[in-house]
Amino acid sequence: MTEKQYVTIDGIPVEINGEKNLLELINKTGVKMPTFCYHSELSVYGACRMCMVEDERGGLSAACSTPPRAGMKIQTNTERLRRYRKNILELLLANHCRDCTTCQNNTKCKLQDLAMRFNIEGVRFPNTAKSNAEEDSSSVCISRDAGKCILCGDCVRMCNEIQNVGAIDFAYRGSNMVISTAFGKPLAESPCVGCGQCVAVCPTGAIVVKNNISPVWKAISDPDVRTSVQIAPAVRVALGRELGVKDGEDVMGKIVAALHRMGFDEIYDTSLGADLTVLEESAEFMERLSSGENLPLITSCCPGWIQYCEKKHPELLPNISTCRSPMQMMASILKDQAKEKGEKTFHVAVMPCTAKKFEAARDEFKVDGAPNVDVVITTQELVTMIKEAGLMFDALEPEAVDMPFGTISGAGVIFGVTGGVTEAVLRHVIANKSRADIMMVANCGQRGDEGIKEFDITAGESKLRLVVVSGLSNAEKVLQRIKNGEKIDFVEVMACPGGCVNGGGQPFAVRQDKEERSKGLYKSDRLLSIRRAEQNPILKTLYDDIIRGREHELLHVHYGKHNQ
Amino acid sequence: MKEQFDFSVVDKILALHEKKQQAIIAILQEIQEEYHYLPREIFPYLAEELGMSEARIFSVATFYENFSLAPKGKYVIKICDGTACHVRKSVPILERLRQELGLSEEKKTTDDLMFTVETVSCLGACGLAPVLTVNDVVYSAMTPDKASELLKTLKEEIANA
Repeated sequence: MTEKQYVTIDGIPVEINGEKNLLELINKTGVKMPTFCYHSELSVYGACRMCMVEDERGGLSAACSTPPRAGMKIQTNTERLRRYRKNILELLLANHCRDCTTCQNNTKCKLQDLAMRFNIEGVRFPNTAKSNAEEDSSSVCISRDAGKCILCGDCVRMCNEIQNVGAIDFAYRGSNMVISTAFGKPLAESPCVGCGQCVAVCPTGAIVVKNNISPVWKAISDPDVRTSVQIAPAVRVALGRELGVKDGEDVMGKIVAALHRMGFDEIYDTSLGADLTVLEESAEFMERLSSGENLPLITSCCPGWIQYCEKKHPELLPNISTCRSPMQMMASILKDQAKEKGEKTFHVAVMPCTAKKFEAARDEFKVDGAPNVDVVITTQELVTMIKEAGLMFDALEPEAVDMPFGTISGAGVIFGVTGGVTEAVLRHVIANKSRADIMMVANCGQRGDEGIKEFDITAGESKLRLVVVSGLSNAEKVLQRIKNGEKIDFVEVMACPGGCVNGGGQPFAVRQDKEERSKGLYKSDRLLSIRRAEQNPILKTLYDDIIRGREHELLHVHYGKHNQ
Repeated sequence: MKEQFDFSVVDKILALHEKKQQAIIAILQEIQEEYHYLPREIFPYLAEELGMSEARIFSVATFYENFSLAPKGKYVIKICDGTACHVRKSVPILERLRQELGLSEEKKTTDDLMFTVETVSCLGACGLAPVLTVNDVVYSAMTPDKASELLKTLKEEIANA
């Protein structure tokens, strides 16, 4: 057995236990180091120099990029370090737009937070920032503002390392350096898929979600328009964070109450759309298994993934399920109903996702030129609306969603977490449907936050290989295996690591809190009396009274035409 | 334009470097040697062939002063503005050339694609300061008048070509 090894941090010996860098070790001592460019899931960049520590001989090193060695003695908070950190902050602020009050990231900004923490009372240097919120308005999902960029490179590493998209990178050098697409092309013409993970890691307001709040308020205020809204599964376990509730706690009831108070006429749960997806996708899977064509079947719920496939692997489009996403299935039904009644409606979807804004605007989902989903707002935008309406979130009494589309199943709810779609389909297709069997399905291997999960199931005489991936770099690895001829039968892809609960439109959270969100969805699933999609009594009504054989028109789509 | 671009030169260079991502700088240098700049068409092509993002290649190309994204003139005049040349008055030479050709710090190449005027930090010929080169031929101990004279000769060369 090897002897224990220690680093002395601010006079306290701390045991080294496989930590990759000093920063992780320092965190264990209850000190929160200031950082801009460090994210445990990304590679270490060491650009911001905020996490510098001093050793006993006065040597300085960046904690994020220094591996711990036995016998090290470091200080994390000396006069010299404080002075350096203040200097760095002042220099960053000198080249930063300081219109905090009108910034979308106000109060959520790391630069603002650290400037306050380090008591920056003034900036001695002239301000050279050129802020322009309209810098690139080409994308319907996100917008950028170089005047607020501190060049930490978090977005670049996220886009390249985790998502394998590579839409943006550093360009030029020295004081001219900017984050840019190739040749500064508009984001919409770049490989960007709109996943919004760059937004999730940006410490400032340099990359933000496109704000679509005002058309929603306008529609609510219009007495001639009937407004409806659907709420995605992942929203309920993350929205509370910014309104004083812990991550993972299901606040769906309060969300519904808030939306009613704001003035929405009809409120539904996207989980019902997900239940429809389960039935349609399972049928499609069975069909492909028997015909042996276009296998593996790859899921189609995630719009970031769809764009990735269209832009990088159009040859795999035939493998993508023709099922519309739950949001679009829900919207088709609602719009179809409204059309029948001759109502003027406005449909809003509250999503954890930035790429859904793009999906809603796609031509495939327009009927007579009008989109089925009029506006997508993200969880963060809904938080803003709740605050704007002055609603005291803690005081709201939970309410239920509206009929006639008010019943959901647990299978639909878990769509918000990686592996959820697979589990929902499995629950639907297994032969024995006892309580114990449903519990067994949970242990097949689709749960957990690993990027690639794979397992076999036996169906009759054949063995099926299922793969569940999240994060587009992971998806790329699996796609390469498919192209190399490996036999895989079913692939679930979610662009955001961990699934929708960690979408680009969700409030920012650290890894541990994100895990709570997944647990929260599984808990909500357990608390529902209906666990399997086909048990949802509303589906029968939907198929008998509304869909009436029009599955193709209302529930399916063929991607890829649009971009070719 | 895009359809007409002949990638055979790029293909040869890529083959020479076994399509290795790590060789991106060398690949760009050799392409630039061929075209005197980096044509925009090669970026998506290289991205596809090397399996790296176009944004990353753009990042490399804009980081190094040596790479040019704009076409260069037939005659590339480089005026040394290293310390030795600078103190021996290279700036008036630069100004004279720019003035006569209608160029500036931003506009480095004439519209007829004949002349490009740029500065370099040191040509390593400090004993001959101030120095300039035309397509890598060195002209030493220059003055603004000598530079005008040189331009005149070059323009005659073009006229007689």
